[in-house]
Amino acid sequence: MVIAAATKKDDASAAYAAAASVPDPEVPCVTVADLGILRDVRMEEGVAVARVTPTYSGCPATVAIELAIEAALRDAGFEARIERVMSPAWTTDWISEEGREKLRAYGIAPPQKASNSVRALFGETQVACPKCGSDETERVSEFGSTPCKAHYRCKTCAEPFDYFKCI
Amino acid sequence: MAEVDKQDLFTAVLRLADDHLVLGHRISEWCGHAPMLEEDLAMPNMALDLIGQARSLYQYAGEIEGKGRTEDDLAYMRRERDYVNCLLVERPNGDFAHTMLKHLWFAAFMEPYWKSVMNSPDETLAAIAAKAIKEVAYHIRHAGEWVIRLGDGTEESAARMAAAVEALEPYLGEMFEGDAISEKLAQAGILPDPAALSADWQQVVGPIFAEAGLEMPEIELKQRGGRAGVHGEAMGYLLADLQHMQRTYPGTQW
Repeated sequence: MVIAAATKKDDASAAYAAAASVPDPEVPCVTVADLGILRDVRMEEGVAVARVTPTYSGCPATVAIELAIEAALRDAGFEARIERVMSPAWTTDWISEEGREKLRAYGIAPPQKASNSVRALFGETQVACPKCGSDETERVSEFGSTPCKAHYRCKTCAEPFDYFKCI
Repeated sequence: MAEVDKQDLFTAVLRLADDHLVLGHRISEWCGHAPMLEEDLAMPNMALDLIGQARSLYQYAGEIEGKGRTEDDLAYMRRERDYVNCLLVERPNGDFAHTMLKHLWFAAFMEPYWKSVMNSPDETLAAIAAKAIKEVAYHIRHAGEWVIRLGDGTEESAARMAAAVEALEPYLGEMFEGDAISEKLAQAGILPDPAALSADWQQVVGPIFAEAGLEMPEIELKQRGGRAGVHGEAMGYLLADLQHMQRTYPGTQW
């Protein structure tokens, strides 16, 4: 029984590793684990159950992400099932430090921390330019190329860039 | 959770879902037609939020009903008389003044609504609310900024904004209208009583109207019928557009 339990645990971590490697379809520099939208993967009666949380209610990538995770689990030899978890609601605070660095390196300014206050949404004054690091930036539009991003411009190096909105 | 009749809960969730689908569809009509690129991105973004919220609500409504109807069945395969959205959300977009005013009024209603639902003993609704409350905050800001810009803008834009208030004011009261179903859900603490939200609504809209130089309308029940499935002429055209693909090719998928 001890051996069985150990095997099961290994299965769960192998399943997690497979699911965690899936890139976000719209921001492929980060994985679903970096973004914090993959909550966990559990083994339930031999089936790998991945719990996934959507970013925005209307994010069109939600279904694509779920399918990609399911496919990754199957490719790794697991029977797989996806569970969509709504509560607690996803927040950009769940993006890992590594994920933030990857976003910056990709040219997307990472979200600022501590987004709990609804009133603080978009109230932030300083978004550093991901190219030159200058704080002299301005918001061009609250809405960018995907629901999770806003459009900014750097006043120092003139680079237009996306800012991953704080939610 | 306090006991409520399943049919009442279904109807209440369906009303919410229909409000969000219909307004989301209206706002999506600006996609490709907005006056500038930033707005052309902003409008579909917010339409997606509303349609996403509608999807969660339809899924839940389907579960409550327990007859196997999916979110798509509920969104696409009902007749006009079966839609129970309030009349405000189905009003045609008109110009930007009409569109922004309609969105502001609805979002300002949903903000206190979702805030209340976050404490609902119904865990599914509370989870939907926790997501939606973050989204409705920037809907208010976006629509509010436009109402101020147009109301406090040129002679032409101010006149259009005032015309929008006059045109949509008759549809305002219905949003706050309660009935036996909403009362029962409010008593069980599951969903708020719409009538109880008028003060919160005024607190959001009041300062925006003051800055825009617009006169606040009275919340009076005038045009009504949406909750009973009695809609205006515009609704038929909206549904023809919305349902076209599923009616032509039933069950079709992307």
